[in-house]
Amino acid sequence: MNERSAHGSNVFATPATRHLLGVQGMHPSRIMPILDLAEHYALLNRSRKTPRDLLRGRTLINLFFEDSTRTRTSFELAGKRLGADVVNMTVASSSVNKGETLLDTAATLNAMHADLLVVRHAQSGAPALLAQKVQASVVNAGDGTHEHPTQALLDALTIRRHFGTFEGLTVAICGDVSHSRVARSNIHLLTALGCQVRVVGPPTLVPGAIGALGVSIHHTMEDGLRGVDVVMMLRVQRERMKGTQVPSAREYFRFYGLDNKRLALAKPHALVMHPGPMNRGVEIDSRVADSDQSVIREQVEMGVAVRMAVLDLLARGGEGA
Amino acid sequence: MKPTIFENVRLIDPASNTDRPGRLLVQGGVIAGIDAPQAEGMPEGADVIDGGGQLVLCPGLVDMRVTIGEPGYEYRETVLSAARAAVAGGITTIAVLPNTSPTIDNPALARLLRARGEETGMIDILPYGALTRECAGREMAEIGLLAEAGAIAFTDGPHAIADSRMMRQMLTYAKGFNALIVQHPEDPSLARGGCATDGELATRLGLPGIPAAAEAILIARDLRLARMTGGRLHFGHVSTAEGLDLIRNAKADGLRVSCDTAPPYFDLNETVIGDFRTYAKLSPPLRTEADRRAVSAALADGTIDAIASDHMPCDADDKRQPFAVAAAGGTGLCTLLAVTLAQVHAGHLGMMEAIGLLTHRPAAVLGSRAGTLAVGAAADLCLFNPDTAWVVRAGDLPGKAQNTPFDGRALEGRVLGTWKKGARVFGAQAA
Repeated sequence: MNERSAHGSNVFATPATRHLLGVQGMHPSRIMPILDLAEHYALLNRSRKTPRDLLRGRTLINLFFEDSTRTRTSFELAGKRLGADVVNMTVASSSVNKGETLLDTAATLNAMHADLLVVRHAQSGAPALLAQKVQASVVNAGDGTHEHPTQALLDALTIRRHFGTFEGLTVAICGDVSHSRVARSNIHLLTALGCQVRVVGPPTLVPGAIGALGVSIHHTMEDGLRGVDVVMMLRVQRERMKGTQVPSAREYFRFYGLDNKRLALAKPHALVMHPGPMNRGVEIDSRVADSDQSVIREQVEMGVAVRMAVLDLLARGGEGA
Repeated sequence: MKPTIFENVRLIDPASNTDRPGRLLVQGGVIAGIDAPQAEGMPEGADVIDGGGQLVLCPGLVDMRVTIGEPGYEYRETVLSAARAAVAGGITTIAVLPNTSPTIDNPALARLLRARGEETGMIDILPYGALTRECAGREMAEIGLLAEAGAIAFTDGPHAIADSRMMRQMLTYAKGFNALIVQHPEDPSLARGGCATDGELATRLGLPGIPAAAEAILIARDLRLARMTGGRLHFGHVSTAEGLDLIRNAKADGLRVSCDTAPPYFDLNETVIGDFRTYAKLSPPLRTEADRRAVSAALADGTIDAIASDHMPCDADDKRQPFAVAAAGGTGLCTLLAVTLAQVHAGHLGMMEAIGLLTHRPAAVLGSRAGTLAVGAAADLCLFNPDTAWVVRAGDLPGKAQNTPFDGRALEGRVLGTWKKGARVFGAQAA
C-alpha cells in the first residue's frame, strides 16, 4: 500500500485548489484529510521512515522575499524528506517590490520548470498574483498580514493531537492581531472547525472590524483568557513598542504578557502556543514558554509534517491524481 | 483631632442636590453627620464654627487644570506654594498637568506627585500622566503603567496632539484602560507664532493673531476621532462659541465627551490686553465679547462640565517682556471661586450650578470621589461668604506666583476657611 491510496481523495486535486494560498473558506472536509496525512507524516518523521521517493524528480523552490529561517527550513526539510529537489531562493524584497518584477520572476520560474513554489512575501496577495502566472503549484508561506495557511494547519494539528476534536474548544489568540497573518489564518481555520475564537490585545493592535470574522474581541488578558482551552500568543515586533501603538515593552508585558498568573485563568489543561520566534519577557514569560502546558516545540515538529502533507497533496494534484 | 461642628451655615452640596440651612459634624477626618439647624447633640470639646446664617459651607473645590512648577520649575512655584494658594481659594483637590521637567511620563513621577501633595497635608494632587513621552507628541507614554501609579487622566498639557493619526491611536489605546484623554483644543499650525485672538484688536495692537477657528477645527477633528474610536475625550479651557456648539451637538449625539473652561473666558474678554498687559496673555488667548457670552451661556446650559482655574504660574521675568514674547498663562487658584460667583451675582448661573461646576462635576469627569458632602466622605470643606467684596491685587496673593489676569478686578465672595480631611488648612480659627 502506498501513501496515496492509504489516505483517500486528494484535497488539492482540482484546478481551483492547485495552490494553497490561504485557508479562508476552507471546508472541514478539505482540512481534515490534510491533518490526517500530516499526522501520518508526524509518525513517520519520528520513526525516521519518510518516503524519500514520493517527490523524486520534482523541483521545489523556496522563494523567500522576506527572511524566515524557520519556515524556510521547515519547508526545505519537508521537501527533502519526500525526495524533492529543493532550491532556496532568497530575494531582497527591496529589489523586487513592484508587480512587474514579480511577474518577471514568474516567467523565470516557468522557464525553470519548477513543480512546487513556496512563497513568502511582505505584501498581502503577492503569492496569489504569482499563482496566476506560474505553472507550478504555489504554497503561501506567509504574505504580508494576510495569511499563513500552513501555520494555521500545524496549529490545528497540534490542538487536535491534544484534544482529539475541535468542537467546543475555546481558543484565545493574543497580541498583535492587526499585523498577524498567523492570527487571520487561525481565525479562519479554527472557526471553520467549530472552535470559539477570541482575540485579545490592546485596541491599537486589534482591528475593530475583526469581529466580522466571527471572533469576540477582548482588551484585557484577564477577560480574554478566562476559561479557554488554548492560549495562542502572537509575536510582537519590537518596532511597535515605541511610537503610537504600544508605549513600551514593559507596559506591554505588564498588561498583555502571558505569565503564570494569567495562564491560571484558562482551563487547567489549557495549551500554550506560539508561532515563534518568541520575545521572552515581552509577550510571554519564560516560565510559561518552558512549562508543561507549552506545546511550542511540538508546533515546530508538526510544522514539518503539515508541510509534507501539503507538498504531497499538491504534487499529486499536479499529476491530476 | 477634635471634632468640628459647623452651625448656622448654608449647606450646599450639588452632588446630593442640597442647598439648605443646617449644621455639619466632622469627626475623625470625615463628615460624620448632617443635621437640621436646631438638632440636638454635640460631641464634647468640639470646635464650633458659627456661620451666622450667612456663610456657605460646600465641598472643598476640585480644580481639574493646574500647572505647578514642581518638578523642574520651582522658581515659578512649588507644590507647597501652590497648595497654600489653593486652600486660600477653597480648593482641596488639584489635578496637575504633566508638562514639568522631567515630564510626568514615568510611573514613579506620578507616585511622587501624589506623595508630595500628601506631604503638604493641605491638598490632594491628582497627577495627569503625559499622553506622549516628554509631551513631545511623538511616542505614546506608558498610559497603563501611569494609570496604575495613580495618573488620573492623560494629556500633553498645553500642547495639542497635532497629528490626526497619533490622536486616533491615543484614543484607541487609552480605550483599553478606559482612560480619559484631555486635549488642549488649538490647532498648533494655525496658532503658531500668534499671541492674541485674530481680529480688529490684534490688528490695531500689531500682535500676531490666532484665529478663533483654531479651536473649533481641532475640536471638530477630535470629536470625529472620538466617534471613530469610542475613546473618552475631554477638552480643556474651551473658549469659543463655535467650539462649544460642536461639543454641545456631540453630547446630544451621545458621544463620551466633556469639557471645562476657566474663569478668564467667561469673565474677561480680549480688551483686557489692550494696553499690552502681559498678565492677560493666556493660552488660549482671551476672546471677543461674543465668545465670552457664549461661554457664560454654556455654563448655564450644562454644555461645560467644569470650571478649572487653569492656574499657570509665571515669574516676573517670564511676563516682563514685550507682549508677543512674554509667557502665556495666568494664576487662578485664589480667584477661582470668586470669579465664578460673579456669574451667580450677575444672574447667569444659580449658586448650586456654580458650586457643582467647581466640585462634584470635575470630580466626576476625573473619576475622583472628591467634591461631595456625603456622610462618610473625607471632610474636605470650603467655608465662604458669598457677599464679601474684595479687590484682586497682584502682589498680595497667597502663593509664589502673582501673574493674575484679574489684577484690579473687584469681586464678591471670599473664602474664610478651608478644611482638608477635617483639619483646618486655611483661615483664622474664629471665622
